[in-house]
Amino acid sequence: MPETLPKDSVGLVAAQTAHFDRPLTLDCGRTLEHYDLVYETYGTLNAEHSNAILVCHALSGDHHAAGFHSLDDRKPGWWDNAIGPGKPLDTDRFFIVCPNNLGGCAGSTGPGSIDPATGQPFGPDFPIVTVKDWVESQARLADRLEITQWAAVIGGSLGGMQAMQWAIDFPSRLRHALVIAAAPKLSTQNIAFNEVARQAIRSDSDFYEGRYFEHDAIPARGLALARMLGHITYLSDDVLNAKFGRERRSDSKGFGYEVEFQIESYLRYQGQAFVSRFDANSYLLMTKTLDYFDPAQEYGDDLTAALRQTLAEFLVVSFSSDWRFAPSRSREIVRSLIECDRPVSYAEIESEQGHDSFLLPIRQYHRVLGNYMRRVEASIPAPGNRP
Amino acid sequence: MSADNQTALRLDQTFIASMIPEGARVLDLGCGDGALLAALMRTRNVTGYGLEIDTDKVIACVGAGVNVIQTDLDDGLQTFDDHSFDVVILSQTLQAVKFPDRLLSEMVRVGGEGIVTFNNYGHWRYRLQMLTGHVPVGGPRMGHWFDNSNIHMCTVADFEALCADRGIEVLQRSTLDGAPGGSLGTRYLPNLFTEGAVYRIRRRHS
Repeated sequence: MPETLPKDSVGLVAAQTAHFDRPLTLDCGRTLEHYDLVYETYGTLNAEHSNAILVCHALSGDHHAAGFHSLDDRKPGWWDNAIGPGKPLDTDRFFIVCPNNLGGCAGSTGPGSIDPATGQPFGPDFPIVTVKDWVESQARLADRLEITQWAAVIGGSLGGMQAMQWAIDFPSRLRHALVIAAAPKLSTQNIAFNEVARQAIRSDSDFYEGRYFEHDAIPARGLALARMLGHITYLSDDVLNAKFGRERRSDSKGFGYEVEFQIESYLRYQGQAFVSRFDANSYLLMTKTLDYFDPAQEYGDDLTAALRQTLAEFLVVSFSSDWRFAPSRSREIVRSLIECDRPVSYAEIESEQGHDSFLLPIRQYHRVLGNYMRRVEASIPAPGNRP
Repeated sequence: MSADNQTALRLDQTFIASMIPEGARVLDLGCGDGALLAALMRTRNVTGYGLEIDTDKVIACVGAGVNVIQTDLDDGLQTFDDHSFDVVILSQTLQAVKFPDRLLSEMVRVGGEGIVTFNNYGHWRYRLQMLTGHVPVGGPRMGHWFDNSNIHMCTVADFEALCADRGIEVLQRSTLDGAPGGSLGTRYLPNLFTEGAVYRIRRRHS
């Protein structure tokens, strides 16, 4: 717990809720009649509403991107190292909005919410939402906040995919898209990992076909397993080696199946910690959202044709040791943007931390972000020219 | 872009800038901190990209408002379609790449025209240096023979022979030193008197 808040922190923050009564027809054909989006904001919206940044979260993220909810918080929001006064996403210059996505479990409408039709939680009956649906819902939040054009839409991993989808679906509603550690669509291997994670959850005897809440149960083993698997794929072989090696716990007796190697202990801890903060149905749904992401599909499987719709300037960033969304996947995006003559910059950051790098305060990464954000700031229209 | 981002151009860059048509679509290979492209964007209204391998220089480009793609030129230019740029620039970089021959062919494939600048190691000063028993490194800031990035130094004669061999037409040869059109020496004995060479090239149309 921080005794006092760090100077470069956005400080104490509180989530807000936007309720929507206009039905949202989803990609899957079903409709959400009403829904809530919880979100946090940092910094001040200027008079022209032209300095707003949308930060999109990844698979297990939420709307709490920066600052502390209370002085008792052990940790700040998930991207606190990048968001704050003087940080790359400088809250002295920008107004930053971070919503929790539909289908999540941090307050926005999702599988844990009450289905008005039944009076029971949606559970497994919650419709599968896509990145496109998320972007549509975020656009309605932007309307609510009277933001007609984002200065930038930013995200890492699944968040980067949202930034891309924004640029394709609402070309004139953002000036810059920052697509970090993402891919134009998942590889077969990515989908395979997601399927193993889903099977881990679904085969847990406490899963009850997704109606575990009716049985006062949680598929804790399955969800922890899914997270353990995910965790391995977010890190690189090198970083696991450096962090844990083959070190054993001091109390290990050997020749048994108890926790023995440090990595085992670490993974079990990560798995268990995740169970206490994440809902299994949300996890299943979000992995599906990832699998379905393929903006080129609507354009004859031609990514260049999809990106030709865009008007935003792009920054694409990848990390050398990320094998879940490798640099070659980011280069596919860059290549298509170049093919359709779009303004794009691309940086490949040297890092040993694997996919997780996008969340870490890596010096060169933050310098790229910071320098790019100065461009974002420079492209804010002068007062009087409201976009 | 703010004034403090305006880095002074090298002599060869100033020269190149004078050869770029207004509004051209430009690809700058090994663009460094982006100073040339930034200047071209400012003064000639060009669009395009810089390619750079070094992350710190990429960061500088991003800060200078230049669209930069972090790329290893040794991997070729397969990201780029034929004739997708008006001009492709290779400024003081030819000597540092693994396959200068392939890169030159790629340049004239991707661009309507290429501009190449390099130090002519056939210049009499370099020849004298060799006579003293030491490999010339190309200037005081270039380090030593063992720690600089120059791995394929060439002369004006070497370069022109390679161009002829690869079906590349030399449109113009200039020198960075001396009067417009070159001095008597650079005109009649270019391999001996040209120090900084500037070439405009394109694919030979057969």
